[in-house]
Amino acid sequence: MSAPTQDPLTLSLSVNGETHEVRVPARKLLSDVLRDDIGLTGTHVGCEHGVCGACTILIDGRPARACLTFAVQMEGHEVTTIEAVGRPDTLSALQQALHEEHGLQCGFCTPGIVVTFEHYLRENTNPTAEDVRDVLSGNLCRCTGYQNIVVAVLKAAARMRGELA
Amino acid sequence: MSVGTRKEHDSAHLHVTGAARYVDDIPCPANTLHLAFGLSSEAHAGITALDLEAVRAAPGVVAVLTAADMPFANNASPAPEPEPVLAEGVVHYVGQPIFLVAATSHLAARKAARLAKVDYEPRPAILTVEQALAAKSHFEGGPVIWGRGDVAAGFAQAVHRVEGSFDIGGQEHFYLEGQAALALPEDQGMVIRCSSQHPTEVQHKVADALGCAMHDVRVEMRRMGGGFGGKESQGNPLAIACAVAARATGRPCKMRYDRDDDMMITGKRHDFRVRYRIGADAEGRIVAAEFTHLVRCGWSPDLSLPVCDRAMLHADSAYDLPNIRIESHRLRTNSQSATAFRGFGGPQGMIATEVALDHLAHAMGRDPLELRQRNFYAERPGAACPRTPGDISGIWKAGETHYGQPVEDFILGGITEKLAQSADFAARRAKVAAWNDANATLKRGLSLTPVKFGISFTLTQLNQAGALVHVYSDGSIQLNHGGTEMGQGLHRKVCQVAASIFGVRDEEVRITATATDKVPNTSATAASSGADLNGMAVKAACETIKARLAAFMAESTGCAPGEVRFEAGEVRAGETALPFATVARQAHAARISLSSTGFYATPRISWDRIKGQGRPFFYFAYGAAVTEVVIDTLTGENRILRTDILHDAGKSLNPAIDIGQIEGGYIQGAGWLTTEELVWDAAGRLRTHAPSTYKIPACSDRPRIFNVALWDEPNREETIYRSKAVGEPPFMLAISAFLALEDACRACGPDWPALRAPATPEAVLDAVRRARGAA
Repeated sequence: MSAPTQDPLTLSLSVNGETHEVRVPARKLLSDVLRDDIGLTGTHVGCEHGVCGACTILIDGRPARACLTFAVQMEGHEVTTIEAVGRPDTLSALQQALHEEHGLQCGFCTPGIVVTFEHYLRENTNPTAEDVRDVLSGNLCRCTGYQNIVVAVLKAAARMRGELA
Repeated sequence: MSVGTRKEHDSAHLHVTGAARYVDDIPCPANTLHLAFGLSSEAHAGITALDLEAVRAAPGVVAVLTAADMPFANNASPAPEPEPVLAEGVVHYVGQPIFLVAATSHLAARKAARLAKVDYEPRPAILTVEQALAAKSHFEGGPVIWGRGDVAAGFAQAVHRVEGSFDIGGQEHFYLEGQAALALPEDQGMVIRCSSQHPTEVQHKVADALGCAMHDVRVEMRRMGGGFGGKESQGNPLAIACAVAARATGRPCKMRYDRDDDMMITGKRHDFRVRYRIGADAEGRIVAAEFTHLVRCGWSPDLSLPVCDRAMLHADSAYDLPNIRIESHRLRTNSQSATAFRGFGGPQGMIATEVALDHLAHAMGRDPLELRQRNFYAERPGAACPRTPGDISGIWKAGETHYGQPVEDFILGGITEKLAQSADFAARRAKVAAWNDANATLKRGLSLTPVKFGISFTLTQLNQAGALVHVYSDGSIQLNHGGTEMGQGLHRKVCQVAASIFGVRDEEVRITATATDKVPNTSATAASSGADLNGMAVKAACETIKARLAAFMAESTGCAPGEVRFEAGEVRAGETALPFATVARQAHAARISLSSTGFYATPRISWDRIKGQGRPFFYFAYGAAVTEVVIDTLTGENRILRTDILHDAGKSLNPAIDIGQIEGGYIQGAGWLTTEELVWDAAGRLRTHAPSTYKIPACSDRPRIFNVALWDEPNREETIYRSKAVGEPPFMLAISAFLALEDACRACGPDWPALRAPATPEAVLDAVRRARGAA
């Protein structure tokens, strides 16, 4: 069996609706390609082995860990990162609620949490606090104690249902 | 006025969109090199041969540096004793950096760093407290002893006495953003951008490493992804490595630790073993207390001496102890150099005393809360509490700590009473007892514990701060101060101070990156002092500019300067009211300076650390927590069910930020005392160096019911708008969670359970067995 090639491969990746041609080694992680080669640094890397959730992105609309995914696996798939959710002047309902409810401190884990719940709230429009706590357990935050994140997600859900201005 | 209102974090809109840049997110020049350290595999050994040929030959490698290649100082130490960045012939712990690789990518550098051939000559490794004591491996030559009164005479009076030994684990900071630094050569100097709580120290250390003056090094720090003390000194090696490699190669250099490297290399919270002996009279008044702190400090002093000092300073917890002796052994061990971590030794000092007090209550068959209240310091008048001990003549006299500082602001009697009421403590105590009578397998526990935390750096010279404020001619305000933003909301609070003084909206005020060329000679953002010190420095600078503007307005309107008011975005003098921006423009046209520095030095403090006497703290911050838990006596599994907190942030600058600090601090403290277990093997290797094996609290670990309220009384000292520091004190509220677990273990049998920290399921099972009579 021959050794895997070290030569860079040319990939065509679809990220946030745009196509990017990148030349990267086969074993380069999606998180590193997003950050280094495409310049999307909103996807943060916290633990490099899929535990902390800071690097959560969507692959074909489903949450996944960018640090556990090779970029080469993404050909033919659509990747969505935090940069596609909303910008500082056009926040999504969830981003707005996290902003208002102090659902962050150092902010490093925040993009992963936003991406996780942007997806979750689309499929679960009326979660209970217990549901939110359960889902949030896949993302580590060292600062907040989680309390305000749960409050913010519930507030965003209520807004998205039209029950709250 | 902006001060006192709930305002979001200054970068909240950037954080929720991923637009906030951390060091590793900064676009680098195309020729930037990436660095990695080659690490020691031995706990203590001489290096007999170092073959780096394979490292140099690895793909992408541009330079490999050892200690011999360091052009000037090879020293990252924040303490007087040097600490080599790269090992000088001897390694002192598993994970110590030996050499430095600079390569064209982060991955190439890391891969190459593993290719070295190192021959070691093993030396005896000191890994445990027992080994360190046997080898007399002390920093400072031997133990430090402080105290007051006569402990032997106190014990002679005691009717009840207990003694024991209590192990307290360390803690990994687990800041979500790992350590990172970037060096950009510039003219004859160096620009450093790093994730550090102490930019001035980075500047100092980099200058020493490059053999230049501090004026040739500029350090800029916009934000950290968490710090918690772990970026007070532990970022120094990365910044130095980047600067030296940048100087050697002429190229920008960046370094970030991967999580495993970060946990293997950097220091953590100190683990302690505390031997205690405590005695009380028939009424339960403590008449003597003796503590021996055995502290694994790791291989270098780092910040261990002040950490151990603070542990000793908090051995009184909240109690007026007439006879007390504390002996502190700062032990040099072959492990990561333990460092600053939220509370800085205070938590270890306090929890040992609280455990000893519970042990005493257990032996006396008394309610621990009642014993606590009986031994509190005298309450400050006005916040009177009926159970406060004091002079029956009614003349109030402040209690005094074992280091001679009067406790003039004690309010824990009132806080405890109010919290016990709001948390329904007495009724729940009875309910827990009834539950435990009815349930054989699951046992519940309940505890109320106080926090009294001294505010100020114990090294007096650090209690100073500077600021630089500019008002531009369009009325917008830009300011800098010496503090760093790590998520704690410091920039927002300081911004609120400036906005309140000028009577403008927060949006008019912009705080830019902390930079050593804007505000020089700063202290670390540490000891909870960020807002206290920098808020006051900014206030001083703003007041200077405001006075100039007031004089200018007074002159043009005929008002007295004292009658000029700055409010609602206007400057008002008599009948005249002009927008702030108009006044700024007019003042500029009239050639009035719209820029000022500000400076602050904390008053009233003095401290003699050799004698252990003085007034090290400007004031104390207080709080109390009630926690209820449940344990499974068959598996040791445990849960926090409910937490109620009443915490003193003085007159809060920003209640939303302060409550966030309290919640986060409590959860982080609960992690330290329950799930976060650091395990080193017999060879001195840290076996828990990733979140897969080291468990910080997840959302599922937080209490289902979590009530947090502020004790909203102004600080009696003249702090910034009478607020109090809030970074560290709430961490120690989590001691209530640990003692609730111990209370649940006590419900399993008649004996003292001697629960160790962290209270992992294994520790709980051991404690349950001891409570049931197993030796």
